[in-house]
Amino acid sequence: MPEPISRNTVAKVARLARLDLTEAEVDRMTDQLAGMLEHFRDVDALDLSNVQPLNQPIPLTNVLRDDVEQPSLDRDEVLGNAPAAQDGRFRVPPIIGFEE
Amino acid sequence: MNAANPSSVVATAEQLIDGWELVVGLEVHVELATRTKLFSASANRFGDEPNTHIDPVTLGLPGALPVLNRHAVELAMRLGLALNCRVQPCTFHRKNYFYPDLPKAYQVSQYDQPLNVDGFLMLPGDVRIGIERAHLEEDTGKSTHFGGAEGRIAGSEYSLIDFNRAGVPLVEIVSRPDIRTSEQAKQYVSELRAILLAVGASDAKMEEGSMRCDVNVSVHKPGTAFGTRCEIKNVNSIRAVGRAIDYEARRQIDVIISGGAIKQQTLHWDDAAGRTNVLRTKEDADDYRYFLEPDLVPLAPDTAWVERVRAALPPLPAARRAALATLTGQARESEAIAVVVERGQDSYVSEVAKVGGDAARALVYVQQAFADEPATPRVPAGDIAALTLMEKNAKITSTQAKTLLADLVANGGGDVIAMAKAKGFESMDTGALESLVDAAIAADPDAWAKFKAGEQKAIGALVGAVMKSSKGKADGKAVTALLQAKANT
Repeated sequence: MPEPISRNTVAKVARLARLDLTEAEVDRMTDQLAGMLEHFRDVDALDLSNVQPLNQPIPLTNVLRDDVEQPSLDRDEVLGNAPAAQDGRFRVPPIIGFEE
Repeated sequence: MNAANPSSVVATAEQLIDGWELVVGLEVHVELATRTKLFSASANRFGDEPNTHIDPVTLGLPGALPVLNRHAVELAMRLGLALNCRVQPCTFHRKNYFYPDLPKAYQVSQYDQPLNVDGFLMLPGDVRIGIERAHLEEDTGKSTHFGGAEGRIAGSEYSLIDFNRAGVPLVEIVSRPDIRTSEQAKQYVSELRAILLAVGASDAKMEEGSMRCDVNVSVHKPGTAFGTRCEIKNVNSIRAVGRAIDYEARRQIDVIISGGAIKQQTLHWDDAAGRTNVLRTKEDADDYRYFLEPDLVPLAPDTAWVERVRAALPPLPAARRAALATLTGQARESEAIAVVVERGQDSYVSEVAKVGGDAARALVYVQQAFADEPATPRVPAGDIAALTLMEKNAKITSTQAKTLLADLVANGGGDVIAMAKAKGFESMDTGALESLVDAAIAADPDAWAKFKAGEQKAIGALVGAVMKSSKGKADGKAVTALLQAKANT
């Protein structure tokens, strides 16, 4: 039986999710995720050739609102909850660099 | 042609660059002209104080739930139908990535089931560019970078974020890689912009960012597989689209010729420097980990809704240009036709023709004098019609017509016959004109000799003298014709 999920995949997913996992945590997550994926093998065993993929469990479409403006949240109150703010804006560390 | 290539359009020999075939695909983002955001009721308004159009959904606060804006859907459908797309049932996905201007850490977009698919757009010369899809998604906030080189990302020390734009409805229009020249790419963006304005889906202001282009460029030898493509971001004008493509095609060809290979990269167009810079290297497309947005239900416009939107579509720019060209006898691709249709003043020109005016002259007047006028100019069509006839019947000169036109625009209309009389505009008969021309020749034999000897510039002094002696009543064209005739005898 193929390996349900590789250690590398778990490490990559962690990196994409900005999770700083220790080696021991990667091992533990790999085991746990493998266990979860094992459960889907039960589903795979069923004949689902006549079953359409389910996009949404709620049997609704076209839930829409009218294009009517509501007041904004108070800026000062919102920025008061931010780690840093300046000139009415959120202040964040530098983002991205160019390759040289 | 190579069977594996995603486009079957083959460049003509003249379109090749030193024997290389260019392949361009465009991804154009446009902000929809709604009152509120795509999934929340904060205002969609450009240029206001930062962070004054924010709400729990925009900020990604826990527990906030998105609700889709009906008008955004309607505008997106209008655009899709104008681009000859099929409107289909669709779903929303989360596109996951980390960036400070994206508070939820995902952008709600459409993935494998977009709203509009399989359309096309026609360029001049019956060139057909396929539209793969036109899907709905939300815009991000706006980052401004400080420290280091001011305003640039590279070397910045911190960034400030304004979320007014976050959640503004966008449609991303993805072309097929059917474009083979930078000129076609410019025509595509220009035509798309004209359609957006015509259907009222967006104000499509590239300088304000409500229309933004990402350009995919690759090169290959004809008959072989397409080359590796690079995506250029930050291309903010139609002119920049052409320049960025020309630069990038040359860069790629030079890399390949010198034995290198093109890496799939995201590039940043530096318009001032006229070059692309490497923004980041794409590792793989799966990094976004798209999955269905569980907080939104599918959107499934029924046939009645789609057909209602289709029936309400206004005439599109291509059809309007064709009609105006027929009416005025001008070339369909002329600048005057394009400009007047873009301003929406084409129906005004046909109104002038309908009340008996000369359509060709009306087109010129409207192009030249109505730039600041609304689609329906304040000057009554009858006044412009009267002016076209006065010029056509040589009651006044073209210079005098221009003066009266300016007065009509300034005053919002007027009785042009009375206005001409008040200004002392009356046509000169040929005899009177000829004696003025003879007098001018006699007064400046030097200029006359030079002109007769073939020095075309010398005619200016003579025409000027006649205009002066006639107090502006002479028709410049008639004077020039008279002088030419005299020089040839």
